[in-house]
Amino acid sequence: MSNEFIKHKLNVNRRHFLGKLGLGVGSVALGSLMVPDLFKGRSDTESKIPVGLAHFAPKAKRIIYLFQNGAPSQLESFDYKPKLRELFGQDLPPSVRAGQRLTGMTSGQSKFPMVGSKFDFHQYGQSGTWVSDLFPHTASIVDDICVIKSVHTEAINHDPALTFIQTGAQVGNRPSMGAWLSYGLGSENKNLPSFCVLLSRGPGNGQGVYSKLWTNGFLDSVHQGIQFSSGEDPIMHLNNPPGTDKASRRRMLDRLAVLNNRNHQEFGDPEIQAKIQQYEMAYRMQTAVPELTDLSREPEHIVKMYGSESLVPGTYAANCLLARKLSEAGVRFVQLYHQGWDQHGNLVGEMAQQAKDVDRPTAALIKDLKQRNLLDETLVIWGGEFGRTNYCQGKLTEENYGRDHHPRCYSMWMAGGGVKPGVSYGETDELGYNIVKDPVHIHDLHATIMHLMGLDHKRLTYKHLGRRYRLTDVFGDLVPGIMA
Amino acid sequence: MRKTHSLTFLLASVTLALAGGVTLYSCLSHSDATHVDVVDYNFHIRPIFSDKCFKCHGPDANERQADLRLDTKEGLYQSLKDHPDQMVISPGEPKQSELYKRIMTQDSADIMPPPDANLNLTALEKKLISKWIDQGAEYKEHWSFTPPQKTALPQIKDSEWAQNDIDYFILQKLGVQRLSANPPADRTQLLKRVSFDLTGLPPSIKMQEAFYHDHDENAYEKVVDELLSSPAYGERMALHWLDVARYADSHGYQDDGLRTMWPWRDWVIHAFNENYPYDKFLTWQLAGDLLPDPDKEMLLATGFNRNHKITQEGGVIDEEYRIEYVTDRTNTFGKAFLGMTFECAKCHDHKYDPISQKEYFRAFAFFDQVPEKGIVGVIDASFADPPKMEISNEDIASVLHFVNKPDTNLLEVMIMHDSSGIRATRVLDRGVYDNPTDTVFPQMPKSIMPYDTSRFAPNRLGLAQWLLDENNPLTARVFANRMWQEIFGRGLVKTSGDYGMQGDLPSHPQLLDWLAVDFRDSGWDIKQLIKTIVMSATYRQSAQVSDKKLTADPDNIWLSRAPRIRLPAENIRDHVLVSAGLLHQEIGGPSVKPYEPGDIWGTATSGRGLLMNYIQDHGNQLYRRGMYTFVKRTIPPPTMLVFDSSNRDQCEVQRLRTNTPLQALAMMNDETVLEAARVFAEKLIAEKSTVSEKIAIAFQSIICRPIEEPEKTLLKEYYQEELNHFQTEPELAVKFISAGEIKNADQVDSLEVAALMQIIHTIYNMEEAITKS
Repeated sequence: MSNEFIKHKLNVNRRHFLGKLGLGVGSVALGSLMVPDLFKGRSDTESKIPVGLAHFAPKAKRIIYLFQNGAPSQLESFDYKPKLRELFGQDLPPSVRAGQRLTGMTSGQSKFPMVGSKFDFHQYGQSGTWVSDLFPHTASIVDDICVIKSVHTEAINHDPALTFIQTGAQVGNRPSMGAWLSYGLGSENKNLPSFCVLLSRGPGNGQGVYSKLWTNGFLDSVHQGIQFSSGEDPIMHLNNPPGTDKASRRRMLDRLAVLNNRNHQEFGDPEIQAKIQQYEMAYRMQTAVPELTDLSREPEHIVKMYGSESLVPGTYAANCLLARKLSEAGVRFVQLYHQGWDQHGNLVGEMAQQAKDVDRPTAALIKDLKQRNLLDETLVIWGGEFGRTNYCQGKLTEENYGRDHHPRCYSMWMAGGGVKPGVSYGETDELGYNIVKDPVHIHDLHATIMHLMGLDHKRLTYKHLGRRYRLTDVFGDLVPGIMA
Repeated sequence: MRKTHSLTFLLASVTLALAGGVTLYSCLSHSDATHVDVVDYNFHIRPIFSDKCFKCHGPDANERQADLRLDTKEGLYQSLKDHPDQMVISPGEPKQSELYKRIMTQDSADIMPPPDANLNLTALEKKLISKWIDQGAEYKEHWSFTPPQKTALPQIKDSEWAQNDIDYFILQKLGVQRLSANPPADRTQLLKRVSFDLTGLPPSIKMQEAFYHDHDENAYEKVVDELLSSPAYGERMALHWLDVARYADSHGYQDDGLRTMWPWRDWVIHAFNENYPYDKFLTWQLAGDLLPDPDKEMLLATGFNRNHKITQEGGVIDEEYRIEYVTDRTNTFGKAFLGMTFECAKCHDHKYDPISQKEYFRAFAFFDQVPEKGIVGVIDASFADPPKMEISNEDIASVLHFVNKPDTNLLEVMIMHDSSGIRATRVLDRGVYDNPTDTVFPQMPKSIMPYDTSRFAPNRLGLAQWLLDENNPLTARVFANRMWQEIFGRGLVKTSGDYGMQGDLPSHPQLLDWLAVDFRDSGWDIKQLIKTIVMSATYRQSAQVSDKKLTADPDNIWLSRAPRIRLPAENIRDHVLVSAGLLHQEIGGPSVKPYEPGDIWGTATSGRGLLMNYIQDHGNQLYRRGMYTFVKRTIPPPTMLVFDSSNRDQCEVQRLRTNTPLQALAMMNDETVLEAARVFAEKLIAEKSTVSEKIAIAFQSIICRPIEEPEKTLLKEYYQEELNHFQTEPELAVKFISAGEIKNADQVDSLEVAALMQIIHTIYNMEEAITKS
């Protein structure tokens, strides 16, 4: 009878779920990763199914977020400011700074000498999008991407700014964007987590990442980002221990099921049945995940696209390729973090190397998705946590300079599902310090991303300790100008 | 009286029979208003108003629309500002009440809540409101702001079952629900349950056998007393408090450098083991430094208020972060001691609870006098930011004997100190550090209990006294409820961190009050509170659940059975180690770094500081209890997180409890579990006994009950099968038994060890192994 009870629970949820997602019969074998609260017996969720399902037709089904950790300079990538070269060494007028607070790293400087990009810019594609010489491969995909030059944020230090862009709040302990989407939309693949995290590090000055960036916060822990690693275990504890093969693991699971079932007969607790199912899911993951993470079987022309580094596990290139595979397999949210973009000094040397590291694989990912007809349903996001100052931090020379943190404007780009391709959106002033047209706040960005995924950011809420929380807090406006 | 309901929602159906007053549980959405005889403002109406109306018609003066508030008596019975002839509520006359008209109308311009609020009233909620107005619309003060009162024990039929007063309240509610309690759990289940609940450790086989054979009628009480006096009791109790106090071993931001607060953690264990009454426990932590002639123990206790995160990120703005720290203290204070969501009132008046923004900053003022900086310096240069205290070897030899200091290095911890008058506390507009407005002085929200400055000093010591005043409505309830939660898996108030308007109502309000008053009257005796709970028949009943009970009460709100609960993350580790004889039982000291899969810190680090790489410990330190595992806040121990441990980022009063495939992977493939299985197998193989006996011992150590025949048969056959398997492929056996750093035992047959290890490993993976039944 208890089995009946579970089945009933399962079916009720599935009907709801599948009906809303419009999934076919083949999806009916979905496990509890997809219907996360199925076996929980937790009643603190407002309803037993995620609340945000398909508020409206989604433009994108999956997200790949290429997070550029440390804050790449917009002035050496997409926001072309020839005027700054003319004003080399001149002090930033206080009227332009207009009360903008400074970090502790430059607040002691008596002068704020402006400096233009050491790298030239050219226009590319039908769209004529400006891109610096540091990103030749990105330049080849400009007609597929939408560059937003007017993103702005609230924090001016890495930790709070990262936490803000990932969770919608600076304070920490709120669910990450990926966790929200997992909560709202579930997973498309019964053998994989819906939110996967891939880490890599480039040659530039780095800032750490923290697991609070991919936390489930107060949501059920099935929504937390699962960190993939380049080591032997692609997911923590995935591999059987030495001396245990697949057959012996199967023997163990079969015995375990008998023992657990006996206990279920005594206690009648549905959690016991859930436990049996979780072991089976784990067993399936043990096969499914290594197959996916094994990049050695990728054809040569693909490896060539991403660059030879893509065969070195743990590199950005390998992670881009892995991201495509995970996404293709139905992972809702693949989050990359690439460290090394914090150029307070020696920007010229460091940024060149750092850009070289990411440029080819990033462009390859877009092209690869496109040739598989996946770009239309995959939303790709590229960018950091804030921008960099138009004035020099530290010593300014003809050859080199550094840039401090700048929250008032920076550039990101998006491509794929529902994004207007070949567009540059938003403008900054000729000094690249303030936004003059179409500002996009982080909350707006979040609202728009969710919208593209078919979710109303105002309606995807979760009640926790008396309050309904959402990714966008009480803010966020859609940005129609970047949506197709 | 029970109403049949759709299974779709699977929530507790609520039976609304009333026996002398309000006895309702809040979960109304699936019942029927016609079954409510007397509609009660506190139990039926306020939860609706709070959830659906207070955001615009509640305590927040800035957001209030139409000058209408529904959270006060005055607000409810007034006439509309724009239409003085229309009453918000006209008692007894729903149709003359504007509120009723506005929730019933079909006109989208008039309807409340308005469409753009994304909130709707259900038909049931409308019915209840209508009925409440019809019955006279009586207003009541919020239940949790009225001091708890002990009421007479309810009359019950089955007083045979009851063991103590708790059971009277539980039985009475069960009667209303037409449920009955379970018979007592058998001794095996009961012993495992109480042993984990009081010490976080399983009962040894010796203890099991002694208890099974003790026919004294006080056998159970003797076990309870023995467990309560075990040093492991303090460790078990401290674990929850470390979550509340957001204790960690790193600073928590960015490079996330090392900090040394573990002596404070050692004090917490000591305080529980010495059974410090809660008033002392609370006062020392909040205000030990303000006591007359404080000794170093009192100062150490104040570390509670310094456990918050501290930044070391170069370039931050000093004042911004100093404000963050004071904010964290204020919010932690609100949640830990009062069960209130103070944090909601920092940027604006609270949307639901009567805490204005000004009152928030009055509370903030208590914690704002610390001579501290937002950022002190570079990472790891100083493990403890000022104000701090040195712990010398002389201190260890005398007043701080419980601090487990392993070497002679300098030991410094952060403590609290006030420099009176170093700064005026200002209200911060929108909560932002550089928007100070009015100056305020230390005070507490009057809705909870007025802060009479003639009785309470305007500092943290006065604050502690205010908390402990017999008219404080929250302190005793909050702590008693949390202890209940730690034992039953859910509080009588389920939202143990929110006693405000949006919090859940108590399932057993009279029992909660009885516990709270009894606790306070006992002189805040924590051990006695715990003992009272575990001596109850409610606690001692079996955990079996029939389909009828599962359907009627899936969340076990009414306690017609004991809960079945998976062990906390740390205790799973403890259990695995101790059952295999591996646990290194040492209390306190610097936190340790057990096996983790690889360099868990290295992949995410900034590359700076002492904690940039995870450098695993060796020897005894690999086998310490879970609570001593090093918590680096930005990358908390991942295996623990999988089992829902706290990340110690902020005050946490209630852990989630989930069941995921990652937990299965951890139990199957984690080095700690494998090594324990291997060492246990080696030990058993070396003994002169039959395979059946070896399996039986392993089973009883891990599952905590004697093995049954079918289980023995199955595992014995499985053993033979695995032995054959390893005989065919002996190289697999060699690899399999290589788990862990402890040297392999000599003179034992590695094939037999591997086969038995597989059996033991399977037993560890049984659902029952890590579950209290």
